[in-house]
Amino acid sequence: MEPDQIVIAERVAEEQLHHGKGQFYWVWIALLVMTAIEVYLTYQNLQPVRMLTILMGLSLIKAALIIGYFMHMKFEVSRMKWLTMASLVVCLALMMIFFPDALRILSLGVK
Amino acid sequence: MSEATLPHEVPSVYEPSLFGTYSKKIGMWLFLMSDSLTFGALLYAYSYGRISTPNWPTPFHSESIVNATIMTAFLLTSSLTMVLAVRASAEGNARSQRLWILATMACGMGFVLLHGREWSKLISEGLSLPVFPKPPGGAAAGEFVSVSKDVPQFAATFFGLTGMHMLHVTLGVVYLGIVALRKYFIPILLAFWLLAWLGTPAYSPFHYGAHVLLLAAIVCTIILWLKPKIYDSSDVEVAGLYWHFVDLVWMFIFPLVYLMSAKIL
Repeated sequence: MEPDQIVIAERVAEEQLHHGKGQFYWVWIALLVMTAIEVYLTYQNLQPVRMLTILMGLSLIKAALIIGYFMHMKFEVSRMKWLTMASLVVCLALMMIFFPDALRILSLGVK
Repeated sequence: MSEATLPHEVPSVYEPSLFGTYSKKIGMWLFLMSDSLTFGALLYAYSYGRISTPNWPTPFHSESIVNATIMTAFLLTSSLTMVLAVRASAEGNARSQRLWILATMACGMGFVLLHGREWSKLISEGLSLPVFPKPPGGAAAGEFVSVSKDVPQFAATFFGLTGMHMLHVTLGVVYLGIVALRKYFIPILLAFWLLAWLGTPAYSPFHYGAHVLLLAAIVCTIILWLKPKIYDSSDVEVAGLYWHFVDLVWMFIFPLVYLMSAKIL
């Protein structure tokens, strides 16, 4: 690596040591608990739309925990956080444009 | 015309990083963002198929749900061990770093093995793709034969999505193996390739899929030959980002593909 990159990498590694190890265990436990809730709900035979809403809500919380703590995004500079996450969310949201077409097929009577 | 030169010997004269971190990490984030769109497209394709198909199958019994839950626990635990490996590397504790990475690899391999078992079970029960080799003794007579015929989108999207994820986990294990053991991992990788190739029947998709390990061994050998180095804490952190991403994607595949298609009686 270039000398400036080594300096930055050493600073990043040093910063990581300031965050307690215990938070990683808490995040892991929270992720396992949320997974257990998801599986429990599966056995309750909920109505599909309600089930999907709850599952996607829990998945988004799990994703935020993984990105924030395990991938250290919470501790990055705000420019890094906003540029990466906002662009990703916008791109993924744009793909939803196809869903009305899926519903249109149903109303066209294709069985 | 005279040429002006700027002194670059001192690190502090460089322009500060726009994102407050080193280039290698930014590069991995950019790759992960592009890979998110790949998985996003696959997940949307699966959801599109499900919305537009009234008789979408719900084939996963309790046994499959328990299997997928254990797989999820393996991946979540592997993320914890990976983050502890990154921390150990930041502390300069090489032995601890290596042990945590090996624990992460063990969890990843557990995930792949359970996933492979799930695939084999589904294929033996008739869920298949036209590109898969036909099993001996003619067509399967299991529960999923009609599913493959009536709703071919299910098998296509299921194998496409979970296969892509399994490939990412497998390559993640190889990546971590190289970071932890460097050239000493190559013979281990080749042993795994032989085991997977010779240990699976000729009609199994894993019999051919095992060659991914051979390909990975060749690519890793070339990389290590061109640029032999001892991987430092920045390399471990970047490898960790990739591994957590693999875990992150599964957090969406597990509920969408398995839990929403469960048949609990």
